[in-house]
Amino acid sequence: MNKGVPQLDAEGQLRHLLCIDGLSRELLLRILDYAETFRGVDRRPVKKSPLLRGKTVVNLFFEPSTRTRITFELAAKRLAADVLNLDVGQSATRKGESLANTLRTLEAMHCDMFVIRHPHSGAAHFLASRAVPHVSVINAGDNCHAHPTQALLDMFTIRRHRPDFGALCVALIGDVLHSRVARSEIRALQLLGAGEIRIIGPRTLIPADLKRDWGVRVMHDLREGLRDCDVAICLRLQRERMQGHYLPSLGEYYHRYGLTERSLAWAKEDSLVMHPGPVNLGIEMDAAVAEGPRSLILEQVSNGIAVRMAVMALTLGRAASQRRK
Amino acid sequence: MKIAVRGGRVVDPANQLETVTDLFIDSGKIKGLGQAPKAFQAELDLDARGKLVLPGLVDLCAHLREPGQEHKATIASETLAAAAGGVTSLCCPPDTHPVADLPSILELIQRRARQAARTRVLVCGALTRKLAHRELSDMDALRREGCVAVGNARTPLPDSGLLRRAMEYATTCGLPLHLYAEEGSLSGDGMVNEGPVSTRWGLPSFPEVAETVAVARVLLLAAQSGARVHLCRLSTAASLHMVAEARARNLPISADVGVNYLHLCDTDLGLFDSSRHLRPPLRPESDREALREALRQGLLSVCSDHQPHEPEAKQAPFQATEAGSSSLELFLPLMLRLVREGHLELSQAVSAVTHHPAAVMGLPRGTLGVGAAADLCLVDPEAEWTVSPEELLSAGKMTSCDGWRLHGRVTHTLLDGRLVFERARQET
Repeated sequence: MNKGVPQLDAEGQLRHLLCIDGLSRELLLRILDYAETFRGVDRRPVKKSPLLRGKTVVNLFFEPSTRTRITFELAAKRLAADVLNLDVGQSATRKGESLANTLRTLEAMHCDMFVIRHPHSGAAHFLASRAVPHVSVINAGDNCHAHPTQALLDMFTIRRHRPDFGALCVALIGDVLHSRVARSEIRALQLLGAGEIRIIGPRTLIPADLKRDWGVRVMHDLREGLRDCDVAICLRLQRERMQGHYLPSLGEYYHRYGLTERSLAWAKEDSLVMHPGPVNLGIEMDAAVAEGPRSLILEQVSNGIAVRMAVMALTLGRAASQRRK
Repeated sequence: MKIAVRGGRVVDPANQLETVTDLFIDSGKIKGLGQAPKAFQAELDLDARGKLVLPGLVDLCAHLREPGQEHKATIASETLAAAAGGVTSLCCPPDTHPVADLPSILELIQRRARQAARTRVLVCGALTRKLAHRELSDMDALRREGCVAVGNARTPLPDSGLLRRAMEYATTCGLPLHLYAEEGSLSGDGMVNEGPVSTRWGLPSFPEVAETVAVARVLLLAAQSGARVHLCRLSTAASLHMVAEARARNLPISADVGVNYLHLCDTDLGLFDSSRHLRPPLRPESDREALREALRQGLLSVCSDHQPHEPEAKQAPFQATEAGSSSLELFLPLMLRLVREGHLELSQAVSAVTHHPAAVMGLPRGTLGVGAAADLCLVDPEAEWTVSPEELLSAGKMTSCDGWRLHGRVTHTLLDGRLVFERARQET
């Protein structure tokens, strides 16, 4: 049976990173602080830190991804781990059994960490529930459920610019219903005590009871939603959303919810713009905003490496220290 | 064979009977209660002291998986599980492979069930050919082969036009309809109740309206056609409300709920617990309470909704798993649990799994009156056991109640006065 597993070990250390749910504020801050120590690594002549030397990290991607996979790969390599990239086609995932089998096969090769992206919510939990004790699982996105490293790197990025979360008004704009990023982001912002969390988008793309169940403010009007806003995080819109009648057209979405220089003027003057990428220019935002002075989009990418290094070092480092005991 | 069942608490709600007495069986019928018939010489004496003597359970829905999915279960394996669960009549839905839309498929199922000779197997024929919902099945041919109803198994209902004609034609053939109410355009690929659980776990949602819209449409069309309709696996309070209202208008409507839904709710999904992946999905606690209340009012029958699966069907990421739980052997203990927890009277619990469902299928069973067929089971109500794969005779070992401590075990099951199951003593 698949009852899931807690992501912390008996001592409260990070064993897996599956979702933000279940992390404490202290642990989240520890990850962010630890990530700060890796931020400079890529500017050194030798961009490596040997914390994971001799470890094998497997990138198990059942869904296409460029930046997430590459930043995980870079993070692992900068920690001196051996990295194996497995891009498994979606066809292989149709039978869940193959995931269990893949795990057993790779465990037989004594791999130490699995970074998994999968088109099924709960896939990372499933893998973690079956992993042998010394193996760690990092969720790199499971369908609409969670993308915890994205949320961590976004918190890391926000914190570098606006350290006082309590004073912040953060807006998440777009398709929250299908967004693993939004789910993880909201939890992380709540853990850090964000002053106000707003969700902006059409009713078709926002879970019905989000306000009641998650205690966030749900708004359907961009102008109203951006008022006094410090950080605007746009979510990626899948182009196939017209098929489920979620939207009439991309043009209409852009007109109502696209970030432009004009609509951004409704937010605070020094507001920040973020996007998990890749950006659909002319849909979620236009190029002037994406490349403009308020955009942190490229910084998010490079911070992603430091944050993923921190997560990997914490989880595998924990395993190493346990074995020594 | 002459059998005496001595000293048990005989519970027969159809006859308002609940008393400690002896029961005498001859030639497949109950021949005496309390008083033995003249010159009765028992060939088999069953000591029922401390036990319940109940009518054999009548199960409105148990998937046997044969033909076509013998890797999950077979008629032989599941009818044994049924007998071990005290079930003496069960109805299997038409979603076999191939679909039970032809007399030959019905004949095959019934023949294999007769060979197994553990429990009476009735078949619900397919409403439409291949359950594709494009053409009606040859319902009259199915009726001649002995099907008790026609239904859509667990597929979304067809369009309104087809559904209307299906009701009219089934009524022409004298067949009731067993309809599972799901509006496919609203349920989509939904797997969990739409609400906090789907939001939190990012799982595709199956909203309440996907059921209630379908129930409303069925009831409107049933009122128009006069069809005799049984609504299967209701899960929401709003559906029950509509059914109660239709019955108040004397429409020939009945309904059932799967036994799991009386115990579990959506928050029991825990961390992606695929053993609780059911269809329709588990609903919020308020719906579970409404289901229990409807049961107290006698509005519902309860079925096992038995769905045996091979382990691989459940051991995968939640979204990749199959819905359903193996329930035949938990059916009666789970009903008794409702009694122990004070949600139901014993007679209400027994009615909901015996003479109520028998009436739904027009089956003269589910009672222990003198002259009735001797379908009955003996239950040790205090026997405590833990649900685990090793404890189950069903080929489907995956249940949504794994590890639960349950009270009540069937020790003997009689079908037409024949002992079809006896539990070895150390097991009880």
